[in-house]
Amino acid sequence: MEVRFIDDQLIYNTVYEAIKYVTYHPDPAITSLLQKALANENDELRKDVLDSLIQNIELSPRVTIPLCQDTGTLVVFVELGNCCIIKGKPIDSIINDALIKASADLYLRASIVNDPLFNRSNINNNHPAIVHTRIVEGDKLKLKIAQKGGGAENMSRIRMMLPTCTVQDVIDFVVETVAIAGAKACPPLILGIGIGGNFEQCAMMAKEALLKPIGTISSETRYAKLEHCILSAVNSTGIGAQGMGGDLTALSVQIMHAPCHIASLPVAVNIQCHAHRHIEIEI
Amino acid sequence: MTTHILSLPICIQDIEKFSIGDKVLLSGTIYTARDAAHKKLVDLVSNGNTLPFNLADTAIFYCGPSPTPPGKVCGAIGPTTSSRMDVYTINMIERGLRLMIGKGERSPEVVETIRAYKAVYLSCLGGISALLSQSIVSCETFLWPELGAEAVFKLVVNNMPAYVSVV
Ligand code: SF4
Repeated sequence: MEVRFIDDQLIYNTVYEAIKYVTYHPDPAITSLLQKALANENDELRKDVLDSLIQNIELSPRVTIPLCQDTGTLVVFVELGNCCIIKGKPIDSIINDALIKASADLYLRASIVNDPLFNRSNINNNHPAIVHTRIVEGDKLKLKIAQKGGGAENMSRIRMMLPTCTVQDVIDFVVETVAIAGAKACPPLILGIGIGGNFEQCAMMAKEALLKPIGTISSETRYAKLEHCILSAVNSTGIGAQGMGGDLTALSVQIMHAPCHIASLPVAVNIQCHAHRHIEIEI
Repeated sequence: MTTHILSLPICIQDIEKFSIGDKVLLSGTIYTARDAAHKKLVDLVSNGNTLPFNLADTAIFYCGPSPTPPGKVCGAIGPTTSSRMDVYTINMIERGLRLMIGKGERSPEVVETIRAYKAVYLSCLGGISALLSQSIVSCETFLWPELGAEAVFKLVVNNMPAYVSVV
């Protein structure tokens, strides 16, 4: 394969437009899932809640007010083809430049502080984005971009489970995590789950699983079944949309798994709210 | 689900009509405060100062709005997680606060205090900023602009939707 050069300006423009898009549009499956739930709901309060969520999605791009005031941390998974060379700045700088410009132009809330512990002064332009880069085969550049709000992220958990734990133990851990989150993570939720790997790989898989388009089921039957089981279990907790009861606590469960050490069974649950803002782009 | 039209200041008769799960359409002047602003507000009163607004006449909205774009009334508005404010809430209620708006559950101590003082906690839906912005009449930075989104903003709201969560 021939070497392909990609101009940094093209990436900058693409990331800028992607941020603009996700600020006003959630995953396209969200609206239809909410509409379906609304059609099946009899309770007046829950209907009112679902109707508000749907109205907000319709209104946001029209009035150019973000779907949610927390436009979050920008998370980007980069898959760079091994035959690709980016001309100009390195990928992290390009993404951060686009983020800083988009934050100013779109009047996004400044949500990132300088130092987590000793100096929580606001950086005021939402950088740095959290960028994970992987080299893959080919000459394409793939970007998976998400705005990840703080409320749902705060309720995410990872547990280094015992290797002898059962499938049911894993389901219980996820259900417990969702129960602790309650209404704080703005349900109905999307759950990204990592199973296996080690401590950091497990958490990364949970995040990456979230960035798959809703409706993508695990390619492995056992895990696809587990996704289904977890979704049913979570929807039996009675938390419901925005904690108002009912059976719509989560809209989707998405698992990624990897080999792991004989001593380990890491499980990570990355919680995402209904304002599930992400997009995948290939250049 | 009963819907109540509520104009501030709230009075005991209003609260007596509320049941959990009722909808409230709130109008009047309210103030935002997140973690950093709560800390400063509580520091102010603990040092013997009076607050620049009367807690009993208004509501505290746990919210950090995004900046107002030119030509708009406000930016994106919505609730943040109320439980992070639980450590300050009892103090605020003791000093007159009767109406709080945020998202998610409260601690058992806060629930008890809300009930003891006949106050009310309303849940506002998270992640519906565009819709909520439609009920904002005006939004101005009121205290500590250096805190950015964490400053205290004075909001005038008209029929802002929320649900009775603790009463
Ligand atoms: S959890 Fe999601 S919907 Fe809720 S406030 Fe945070 S970003 Fe917005």
